[in-house]
Amino acid sequence: MIFCMSETYSDELLRSVLKRTKTIACIGVSTNPVRPSHYVARYMGLRGYRVIPVNPVYAGQELFGETVRGDLSELKDDSVDMVDIFRRSEAVPPIVEESLSLLSGLQTIWMQIGVRHADAASRAEAAGVTVIQNRCPKIEYQRLFGELRKGGFNTGIISSRL
Amino acid sequence: MTDGPNYGFDTLQVHAGARPDPATGARQTPIYQSTSYVFRDADHAAALFNLQEVGYIYSRLTNPTVAVLQERIATLEGGVGAVCCSSGHAAQIMALFPLMGPGCNVVVSTRLYGGSITQFSQTIKRFGWSAKFVDLDDTDAVAGAIDENTRAVFCESISNPGGYVTDIPAIAAIADKAGLPLIVDNTAATPYLCRPIEMGATLVVHSTTKYLTGSGTVTGGCVVDSGKFDWSQNDKFPSLSAPEPAYHGLKFHETFGELAFTFHGIAIGLRDLGMTMNPQGAHYTLLGIETLSLRMERHVENAKKVAEWLEKDDRIESVTYAGLDSSPYADRAGKLYPKGAGALFTCAVKGGYESCIKLVDSLEIFSHVANLGDTRSLIIHPASTTHRQLTEEQQKAAGAAPDTVRLSIGIETVEDLINDLDQALSKATA
Repeated sequence: MIFCMSETYSDELLRSVLKRTKTIACIGVSTNPVRPSHYVARYMGLRGYRVIPVNPVYAGQELFGETVRGDLSELKDDSVDMVDIFRRSEAVPPIVEESLSLLSGLQTIWMQIGVRHADAASRAEAAGVTVIQNRCPKIEYQRLFGELRKGGFNTGIISSRL
Repeated sequence: MTDGPNYGFDTLQVHAGARPDPATGARQTPIYQSTSYVFRDADHAAALFNLQEVGYIYSRLTNPTVAVLQERIATLEGGVGAVCCSSGHAAQIMALFPLMGPGCNVVVSTRLYGGSITQFSQTIKRFGWSAKFVDLDDTDAVAGAIDENTRAVFCESISNPGGYVTDIPAIAAIADKAGLPLIVDNTAATPYLCRPIEMGATLVVHSTTKYLTGSGTVTGGCVVDSGKFDWSQNDKFPSLSAPEPAYHGLKFHETFGELAFTFHGIAIGLRDLGMTMNPQGAHYTLLGIETLSLRMERHVENAKKVAEWLEKDDRIESVTYAGLDSSPYADRAGKLYPKGAGALFTCAVKGGYESCIKLVDSLEIFSHVANLGDTRSLIIHPASTTHRQLTEEQQKAAGAAPDTVRLSIGIETVEDLINDLDQALSKATA
């Protein structure tokens, strides 16, 4: 299942998604701090996004200063503009359907590394929503806004400006 | 990875990885001579130690000056990331370490730098690893040498001591079919003459000591990852695909995707092997890379002229330069290395071992040193130095027979190099 990063997205698209997004619903977030779903969500919160955790297992608990929601129907009034999916690929279609019907401000559906679903992606794109599959918003944020530079990664950024 | 402007090599060798220093505006990359870095708070420290944020902790792992060099080499090679280390030999261990375990083997070319042959045939046995040496021109033998315990195939692009250029696409196809990464040592070619990742290599290693630094100042090494290999396609690479106990069960490939190998190189390789490049060394190498293409053009131009002159000289038995029309590898070099076959080659001197020794001792401009890729022209007699630990059979297979000297042609005035060789050959064969 994992890893041929065949989906290619331009830096321009990824940058515009990360700039326009204000509120991210993280579906399948864990309360265990060493799980990627936890620290990716936490990281995005540290970078100024409002992060709303969604996971029925932890519904009602406090995480990142928010109450963990049990499902997407509890997000109707939260002006969520991006849904970030930390679930297996098979679980993607109903999440996409619910997001499209419940979240009026939805602009982006993001699927984490190893998560992809072509049919669900087409469905969302047909509804005018940007879809990113098999990527991590934290890694892309770190790459596009300079942090990965600290690790010696190829950021593709050439600039003579401060 | 990026869709930005498609910058040329000459622009990238000057700019990639470097921006004006955010703290001071310094235009040249500063030497951050600091062992350690302050954490914002306890949460920041925890996130860094858990690999949840990228940042500076301690210069054994990451350093701002070294990071600029890493990004620059990664960019020039077309990789996703790079880890620098203390030498080219360190880079080879850093490349193999995440792939190998006790009982595993690596299939390697017989045509390698003598020190690499020793590292692979002797030293890695202490880790329970082994190497199988094969002639890469015999592709059936390469495929046949791969068994269930093989974890990588290793070769040099332009081989040291010279005269041979590897058919990287052919070897990459064999490795790919077997589900194995191909590691290419691109030291003698540099990314200016050869881009192994574009030809199918998974990892590229360098001794940055050579052409990248250029002036023979500091030793260093680098491992570049293409980001293209699927480490989870089977259970052969548990360091990258299975839970890592030292990081709370984190799986590098699952967590970091195409950046997994580079993260592993920092978080496990440098952390625990400790073969770190120092920031001052990185600074020298960054300065060198700024002029890489200009130097390589002159190195290649001079090498071709010197090789052509030597080939016509009746005191010389033969010249092995792959850039000569007479070379059996001329077609391959022209096709895969169109900007030139490097500046490293050997020649066999009439009179054998004794003439070689006299030649080396009679030169005035060429320096007798165990290095290559310096701006200065260098010469060495491999059989009595770099390749002396090998058997005569191994020496011949490596292109380092007793009657052979290796030349690394510098960027001096080429007529002066030819005159120097002329007078020394007269003394050597008198």
